[in-house]
Amino acid sequence: MSNLDRAELRIIGFLCNWCSYGGADTAGVSRFNQPTDLRIIRVPCTGRVAPLFVVKALMSGADGVLVSGCHPRDCHYSEGNFYARRRFEMLKRFLPTLGIEPERFEYIWVSASEGGRWQSSVVSFTERIHGLGPSPRVKLAMYDERLVASAL
Amino acid sequence: MSKLDLLREAIRAKLPELDLVLAWGDDAPLRAAPLFVRSEDDLTRLAHPALCVTNGAVYLYTLRSKKIGLVVKGCDSRSVIQLLQEKLVARESLYIFGLPCDGVIDERKIGQEITDAGRTVSLTIEEGRVRVRTTDNEHVLDLDAVLADRCLRCRYPNPLIYDELVGEAIAVGETPQEPDDLDAFENLSLDERHEFWMETMRRCIRCYACRNACPMCVCRAHCLADSRSQHWLSLETNVSQKWFFQVLHTLHLAGRCTECGECERACPMGLPILLMRRKMNKEIKELFGYEAGIDPTATPPLQTFSIEEDKIWEREL
Repeated sequence: MSNLDRAELRIIGFLCNWCSYGGADTAGVSRFNQPTDLRIIRVPCTGRVAPLFVVKALMSGADGVLVSGCHPRDCHYSEGNFYARRRFEMLKRFLPTLGIEPERFEYIWVSASEGGRWQSSVVSFTERIHGLGPSPRVKLAMYDERLVASAL
Repeated sequence: MSKLDLLREAIRAKLPELDLVLAWGDDAPLRAAPLFVRSEDDLTRLAHPALCVTNGAVYLYTLRSKKIGLVVKGCDSRSVIQLLQEKLVARESLYIFGLPCDGVIDERKIGQEITDAGRTVSLTIEEGRVRVRTTDNEHVLDLDAVLADRCLRCRYPNPLIYDELVGEAIAVGETPQEPDDLDAFENLSLDERHEFWMETMRRCIRCYACRNACPMCVCRAHCLADSRSQHWLSLETNVSQKWFFQVLHTLHLAGRCTECGECERACPMGLPILLMRRKMNKEIKELFGYEAGIDPTATPPLQTFSIEEDKIWEREL
């Protein structure tokens, strides 16, 4: 599973520093095999991740966005992921209004010890994004080909 | 006494105790403009209620240090309640004149009915009819034909908060019904919806009238759309930037937007941006059972949390 087998898609991951980044680290230490499409951005807490981060990533050419944090009740800052849970559920339901497949965005809770679960989450999300294919419309929005074409 | 006369007397009585009263004035024939009543002389300029389109609550945050009176329709009162919920305005600094409303005129609809609306000299409202005198013509229109769309689906004609009610409350059916006119949009596929927004936002001129008219937009000079330290938006004139601003505004209004419709009304290009906010409110209603601007003691759902959520279940990938 590498860039040599098939073209990589761009999947952005926002991982909370404590649980999920730790979980990804555990997966790494245990040398679990994962696709390399996921590009991880470490944040202190999923509560820091505004829904706009996800939309901006999708608009800028990401094919998928995965947000992962501590399990509810286990947030390192007590409440951050409670707020995050509400925001991401709202965003997931709102994306279809914008014409974006809600399957391109997912939020999960992975703790620092769950290396195996991290690996399987990354594998299945990457497969899901490959199934959906590169995100055609948001890339189009980024380059605005039609607006340029209509001006010519 | 007409509703306008009752309003005039009500304001006259309270004016000595207040720094100013926000009402509507008859500056232009097709739509009333916000009127800042500071003296009794200003009261001669009060506009007919059917022309009082704008939402006075947009000024409340800027004027929060003053003791002000505010005339509100039902939709405006929801904005006031939402500001109170978020503690952006103190209840003690407001005196609210509640004005039951049976609809306001949409000047764009007048423009669709008659070709010389731009040359209107005067507009008078009679029983169920609107008489528009232009420089060369006189037109008589059905009032129902020129009422704003949002008035046709109004569920709260009576203000939900007030210190005194001006005139008789309007009788409503038992429970205000949810409007169901979003079907046309909801029947579009994802591709078609994306196309819809791209075509809509292509005509946007980034004037930010929608943001400036929104009562919930209190960030003013600190708006993220203008910020360079957080570079959310560039000044590139492409559709994606304009679209992203609408998404930014809608996401910032999640759980806060009262659907007063000022954004769409203020838009000089007539873009259907209220639709995006209404769809957001629909999701908020389903997820949290919450409607903005109804209960002054409630908390907006995205500003709080529950440990157990009824409608949110953990997903496995």
